[in-house]
Amino acid sequence: MIRILLALFLLASPAHASEKVIAGLSQNRVAITANFDGTGILIFGAVKREAPPPTTGPLDVIIAVSGPERPVVVRKKARVLGIWVNKESRTVSSAPSFYAIASTGPLPKILSKSEDLRYKITIPRMVAEKAAADGLSNIDEFASAVIRIRQHNGLYTEKGGKVNLADQTLFDTQIALPSALVEGDYKARVFLLRDGRVIDDFSKTIAVRKVGMERWIYNLAHERPLIYGLLSLAIAILAGWLASTIFRLLKLS
Amino acid sequence: MQSYLPIAEVSVSVFLLLGLGTTVGILSGMFGVGGGFILTPLLFMIGIPPGVAVGTQGNLIVASSFSGMLAHLRRKTVDFRMGLVLLAGGLVGSALGVRLFHLLTALGQVDLVIKLAYVLLLGIIGALMLVEALVALKRRNAKGGKVTKRKHHSWVHGWPIKMRFRTSKLYISAIPPFGIGVMVGILSAIMGVGGGFLMLPAMIYILGMPTKVVVGTSLFQITFMSAFTTVLHAIENQTVDMVLAFVLLIGGVIGAQIGTRIGEKIRADTLRILLAAMVLSIAIKLAFELVLMPSELFSIAY
Repeated sequence: MIRILLALFLLASPAHASEKVIAGLSQNRVAITANFDGTGILIFGAVKREAPPPTTGPLDVIIAVSGPERPVVVRKKARVLGIWVNKESRTVSSAPSFYAIASTGPLPKILSKSEDLRYKITIPRMVAEKAAADGLSNIDEFASAVIRIRQHNGLYTEKGGKVNLADQTLFDTQIALPSALVEGDYKARVFLLRDGRVIDDFSKTIAVRKVGMERWIYNLAHERPLIYGLLSLAIAILAGWLASTIFRLLKLS
Repeated sequence: MQSYLPIAEVSVSVFLLLGLGTTVGILSGMFGVGGGFILTPLLFMIGIPPGVAVGTQGNLIVASSFSGMLAHLRRKTVDFRMGLVLLAGGLVGSALGVRLFHLLTALGQVDLVIKLAYVLLLGIIGALMLVEALVALKRRNAKGGKVTKRKHHSWVHGWPIKMRFRTSKLYISAIPPFGIGVMVGILSAIMGVGGGFLMLPAMIYILGMPTKVVVGTSLFQITFMSAFTTVLHAIENQTVDMVLAFVLLIGGVIGAQIGTRIGEKIRADTLRILLAAMVLSIAIKLAFELVLMPSELFSIAY
């Protein structure tokens, strides 16, 4: 029975299934070095077809890059005895540390609500979905605070019209990764849409890693904290002593 | 030029950090205070996570106080015995403070406690110092440059476990300096400060130490206590950022040398008025932040 239904469903949407998305990234590794100052990733691709493009509705592309998901504690201040104090707090069990969306047009126009629910594409969907799973009573307030603060810090961005689409076939966009980047596996997703419906999608992982000196320091701090603490002290004392000696010699001469 | 900080996980301009370090270093050399009470809020402002700002602070304080301490050792203005008693208290306080910091972070009240502590302490100390220094200045001017007599016996001097502190020319109980050390240790761990702003007045007004040895002795205590705090923060919270500390301290050690020179040239009374004014203005600024409605009521943490 299920097989028959499935077959019927596939037959019912032949036009959509005939368009596939193929995409690539300018880099799938980002190395965080000592002088890392953010980077840009070029995401490009093409629509693969076996037949001429259907004439029903416009073709749209949405490209989203998301950072590793981590739990976030959100606190709300309230006035207590005249001063502002963190009072209420909620934990959003996971929200992406970074989220950038670029698209061929304004999201509400090109993406239907039900498809957004299914694929979790827009920013509120990414965070609110998690918050709902946590059973927060007043989701909106706390989840939207996460979004607002991260948008303010440039960690969540939404840019309609930033994806270039040529001849309904070739597309590309540039996603900027900020300097304050958290380490982890980032996910780049490309959605191909027609009439607000997702007809194909593609995803690829971008590995963001500290390298060299940064890696070494981070590992030492977490794996051998005592040695790390003593080493940082030694460096500090040596620098202090050196500078002091240099100044004394300068004064004497 | 940007630098990525491996522990703080943010990228900050190197020149901004150098400038901050130098400014705070100058203050540190001038007044014998670690300067942490200015740097901590500044680091928050440029986006360093509070935990990392406080944890790294100790490391930086070690460096800037160390060069300051060396300068004072050469001028023989360090009371070692007093320094060791203060340090013993400092280590106990620091261990308590690191635990407390851990607890407050989990409760989400660490920012509030830090700010409240700043407002209270800086407000009281700043006001006291200002009044005292102004009175001293007025008296000296009236009597034609005569230095006011130091009180040799205050109420805390009579407690048990008496010790002789030759350099300070004191024979007093070891309990008050130990207690002061504990207080300073706690503050060092939770506020990311050296605690000089608390210790200096306490040494002058409670212990009755001569102003000449106060700065050197406090730097001695601060250097070793901050070293201990740094290691504890590194072990307990992993919040010591070596790169951040290094860039800040390059500025800090240079600044400290400049500051020590400036401090030698300014009269002690003037120095005290300047420090009092600075301490008070920071207290007032922080008080306003607590009372005024913040533009963003929510805050996020991991």
